[in-house]
Amino acid sequence: MTRHLRVDGPNHDDRLDHMAQGVLGQPLNRLEGPLKVSGRAAYAAEARPANLAYGVLVQASVPAGKVLDIGDAPGALAVIQDKRMVRYAAQGQAQKAPKSGPDQVEYMGQAIALVVADTFEAATHAAQNLMVRYAAEDVPVNPDAVTPELPPQKQASAGDLDRAMATAAVSVDAVWHTPSHGAAAMEPHAAIAQWDGDRVTIRAGLQMLSSNRAQMADALGIRASKLRLLAPYVGGGFGSKLGINAEAVAAAIAAKELNRPVQVSMTRQQVFDLAHRRSETRQRVRLACDPDGRLTGIGHDVLVSNLPGSEFSEPVTQATPFTYEAAHRQIVHAVARIHRGCAGSVRAPGEAVGVTVFECAMDELAEAADIDPVELRLRNIPEDEPVTGRPFSSHKLAEALRDGAQRFGWSDRRPNGQRAEGEWLIGMGMATAVRVNMLVESRAKVTLLQNGQAIVETDMTDIGTGTYTILGQLAGEMLGLPVDRVEVKLGDTDFPPSSGSGGSFGAASSGNSVYLACEDIRRQIAKAMGCDEPDLTLQNGMARAGNIARSLSELIDGSLTGEGHLEPGKTEKSVRQATWGSHWAEVAVNRWTGEVRVRRMMGVFACGRVLNEKTARSQCLGGMTFGIGIALTEAMEHDSRDGHAVSRDLAEYHIPCHADVPGLEVHFLSERDAYVGPLQAKGLGELGICGAGAAVLNAIHNACGIRVRDLPATPDKIIAGLEARA
Amino acid sequence: MREFSFHRAASVADLPAGATIIAGGTNLLDLMKHEVMAPESLVDITRLDLDRVEAEGDGLRIGALVRNSDLAAHPTIRRDYAVLSRALLAGASGQLRNMATTGGNLMQRTRCPYFYDRRMACNKRDPGAGCAAMGGVTRNHAILGASDHCIATYPGDMAVALRALDAVVEIDGPSPRRVPLADFHQLPGDTPHIETALQPGDLITAVVLPAPVAGQHRYRKVRDRASYAFALVSVAAVIRLDGGTINHAALAFGGVAAKPWRDPDIERLLTGREPSDALFAEAADLLLRPARGQGENKFKIPLLRRSLIATLRDATGMEATA
Repeated sequence: MTRHLRVDGPNHDDRLDHMAQGVLGQPLNRLEGPLKVSGRAAYAAEARPANLAYGVLVQASVPAGKVLDIGDAPGALAVIQDKRMVRYAAQGQAQKAPKSGPDQVEYMGQAIALVVADTFEAATHAAQNLMVRYAAEDVPVNPDAVTPELPPQKQASAGDLDRAMATAAVSVDAVWHTPSHGAAAMEPHAAIAQWDGDRVTIRAGLQMLSSNRAQMADALGIRASKLRLLAPYVGGGFGSKLGINAEAVAAAIAAKELNRPVQVSMTRQQVFDLAHRRSETRQRVRLACDPDGRLTGIGHDVLVSNLPGSEFSEPVTQATPFTYEAAHRQIVHAVARIHRGCAGSVRAPGEAVGVTVFECAMDELAEAADIDPVELRLRNIPEDEPVTGRPFSSHKLAEALRDGAQRFGWSDRRPNGQRAEGEWLIGMGMATAVRVNMLVESRAKVTLLQNGQAIVETDMTDIGTGTYTILGQLAGEMLGLPVDRVEVKLGDTDFPPSSGSGGSFGAASSGNSVYLACEDIRRQIAKAMGCDEPDLTLQNGMARAGNIARSLSELIDGSLTGEGHLEPGKTEKSVRQATWGSHWAEVAVNRWTGEVRVRRMMGVFACGRVLNEKTARSQCLGGMTFGIGIALTEAMEHDSRDGHAVSRDLAEYHIPCHADVPGLEVHFLSERDAYVGPLQAKGLGELGICGAGAAVLNAIHNACGIRVRDLPATPDKIIAGLEARA
Repeated sequence: MREFSFHRAASVADLPAGATIIAGGTNLLDLMKHEVMAPESLVDITRLDLDRVEAEGDGLRIGALVRNSDLAAHPTIRRDYAVLSRALLAGASGQLRNMATTGGNLMQRTRCPYFYDRRMACNKRDPGAGCAAMGGVTRNHAILGASDHCIATYPGDMAVALRALDAVVEIDGPSPRRVPLADFHQLPGDTPHIETALQPGDLITAVVLPAPVAGQHRYRKVRDRASYAFALVSVAAVIRLDGGTINHAALAFGGVAAKPWRDPDIERLLTGREPSDALFAEAADLLLRPARGQGENKFKIPLLRRSLIATLRDATGMEATA
C-alpha cells in the first residue's frame, strides 16, 4: 500500500518533535563522507567497464550558422553527427529534450559532433584537429543589440508607480548590472553509456533522474522503460545538472553505434560553454517612501537574455512581489534573444541576483531617508502577501532581522568612511534573505527487515548536500532505529521517482515521501501490536504501546514494506510559501588598491524544521560563499563580437576560495511550517545565497562611501569610485 | 593531447635535441591538453642535480629545479631577499608551488584567454594569424610595452621580484652564458611568439642573485580575489633609506607588460630624495607616461599608480592613512 498525501491544508501535528529515537535534526556527519574523502565514492566518470571507448565533444567555432561538412579524424573509431544530439542542456523538470539536428549552430561552443577513440587523449586530439566547414550567420550576441521580448505573463503592476515616485518624500531610481554566472560545480559533466540489447544504462552527473529519464528517452527516441539512469554520487550541480546535456546523449548514441560502452566527459572549458549559464541582468529598481520610510512604491524592471526559443528566463523578480509592502508596484520583465550559451537555472535562479540588487536599493533608500537599514526593513514587512492578500505559511523576517542585529553587533556600525585600520577602510552591511519555497511530487519505498535494518529507496540524488544522511535520520526517527541501521539507496531510476535535487525542494519533498513510507510501515507494526499508529513508540528496534513491548524481530515475519507518495496540493496557492532570514557582513576596502576583503559574515535563517543541523549549516555556508562570489568575484565574460564565454576555467572564473571566505556564522531560528507537509520543513539550499551579496556590497558603501552597481565589485570599480571622489 | 615521446634525462649532457623540457609541468601540461603546445617529445629534467641553493660570491645561486615552495621558505631568501620570498608566496596555490620550479616559472606563458583558446586568432600561438584579444575581453592585458601584434602580459610573480633584485639567468647549451633577467623576457614587437632569450638546445640551470641589498623589501600584488589569482598589477620594491633620504630604490612591476617591467628613470628620480607624496606622484607619472590602455584594462593605469604610491609609502614608513 502506498501512503499518499497531497498537501492541501495545514498540518499542525508536530509529532516529529516527540519521537523516541531523537536522531532527526542531530548534527550527524554525512554517512557517505568516509567514502568521499577516501576516493571510494565513484562519480559518473569513474566507472571502468570493460572495453570502454572515449568520446570527446566537437564544438562549434562560429556563433551561428550551418555545419556544411566535417572532415576525417585519423586515429578515431568514429565521428558521430546525429540529429538526436541536443542543442543545449534540457531545462530542469522538462519532459522533452532540446533535440537539434546537429547541423544548426546557435551559439559558439555548441556540441556539433562526437569523436570516439580508444583513449581519451586520442579522442581529444582528433576532436581538436577536426576540420569543420560552416556557413556562418550574423547574429546578435549582446543584450543591448536587440529589441527585447516582453512576455505578457511576466509583467505585473498595481496602482500607479510613476505617481508614487513623483510624489514620494524619498526615492531611489538606479540601474544595476550583473554578469553571466557559471554554476562551476567541482565535478565536470560526464556520462558512461552501455547498451544491453535494446536497454541502455547511463551513469551520469545528474540532479533530477525521473525527468532526466524522460528527456533522455525523448532524445534517443526510445521508451523510458528501456532506460536506466544512475547517479549515486554527484559532485555538485548548482543547477547545471538539472537537465540532461550533450555528453550523456552523445555517449548513448555512440555506445549503440559502436556496440561498446562509451564515456564522454567534458573538459572544464566545455562545462563553461555547454552548461547553462545564469543570464546577465540589467535591473532598474525604483523605490518610493514616505518620510517615515514606509514604502509607497516598488518597481523592478529587468532585462535578461536567452537563446531564441528557449523558454527559461532568469526569474529575477521572483521575491519582489511579496518581500515588502507598498501600494504602487510594477514589474517589467524583458528578454533579449541573443546567441550566447543557453541560460538556465544556476544557484537560486532569480533571487540570487534579484534579491541582491533589490537589497542594495533598500540600502540606498535607507541612506536617502536617513533611517537605519534594519529599521527600514522592519517598517515594511507585510502582514499578508501584498496585492493577493494570501497569508504567509510562516514568516520570521522580523525575528531574523532583530536577532541578527543583536548577534552581529549592528549598533556598533559607524557612519560611512569613519572606521579605518591602516590602509583598510572598514564597514558593515546587512540585507534581507528571502527565497520562494516549493514542494515537488516525490515517491520513496522503505523496507524494514526482521533483523531491524531498514532500507530506503528513491531515485533522489545527493549532490553533495547530505541527502543520504537526512533520509537515513528521518527513517531512523520514524522507525526507531539508529542511523547505522538504515541503508539509504539513491540515484537509480529503478527506485521510485522522486523530486530530485533542485530549487531547494529536494530535502522536504523526498523527506516527506520517506516519512509517508515509514508511516505506512508504522501502521503495519501498530496493527501487529494491536494499537493505533499514533500510540506506537518505536525506539532502538523495540515497539511499545501501553504496557506492551516487543522487539521488531518478533513482530516482523520476513520484512515490511512501505511506500510514500507526496504531492504538492492546494497550499501551493492558498498561502505564500517562502523562507526568510538576514545577512550581515563586515568588509575591509583597501583605500589604495580598491581590493575588498570580507572580514566576517553572519546569516540568520528560518527554514521550518532543520533535519540535520550540520548539513543544514553547510548549505548556508556554501550559499553565503556564493554571495561573496556574486558581490566580489564571479563574472563570466562574453566576447562582444561572437558571444563566447571568455573566462572558461577556474583560474579565470573566480569563485571565492578559502582566503576569500572568513569564518562564517550561521544561526537557525526555530520554526515549524504547517503548510509544507508533515515534515514542516522548508527548503534551505539556496536561502543562504539570496541577499548575501547585498550585505557585502552595502558594507563596502559603509566602509568607503562607494556604491558599485555593476557587479562584481572588483578593484577596478572601487578605484574608479575612489578616483572620482579624489 | 597529441602523442609524444617521453625521456627522463640523467644528466645535462643527456638532453635530446629538439625535445621540449618539462620540470614541474604546472603550465606545460595544461597547454598540451589544449594543444596550444603540442611537442613531439618531452624530456623530464627533474632528476638532474639542479635543486640546490648555494652561495656564489656575496650572492646566491638558485638551482633551476628548486621548487617555489622550498625557495620561499629558504632561510637565506627570507632573510636577505625577502621580496622574492613574498612574491613566491603571492603566486599560485600551495599545490602549484610545491610542483613549480625556479627555471620553469620563468618559462610560464601568458594567461591571455585568447592564447589558450585555439578557436581564436593568436600571433603567439600562430605567428601572423592576428590577435583576437584586441577588441575582445582585455581586462588583464598589458598597458606597457605592448605592440600591434600582441597585448599579452607575463603573468608570474617570482620573476618580478627577481627583476628588482637584478637576478641573472644561467643557461647551459650550445653556447653556455649568463643573461640578466632584464634581457631574458622579450617584448612582443612583431615577433610575439619569441618570449625569451632561450635558443634551441638551451637549458636554464640556475638563477643567480647578486649580493643582497638591506632595506625594506615589499611585494604588493593586487588581485581580484585573495585566493589563487593572477596579478592585476604587482609591485616589487627594495627601498633603503639613509638619514631620511632614499639611497637605493629598485622597483619592478608585474601584470602590466610581456615582461617584468622596470624603469631606471623612476629609480634615479627617487634616489637621493626625501620621501614625500609629491615625489611618489612624480615617480608614478614618469612610470606611466608610456602606458596605454586597451579598453577594459585602462583601470590598470590608475591602479598601478596607486599601488606604486602605496608601496613607496609603506616601504618608507609613511602613514598609510594620510
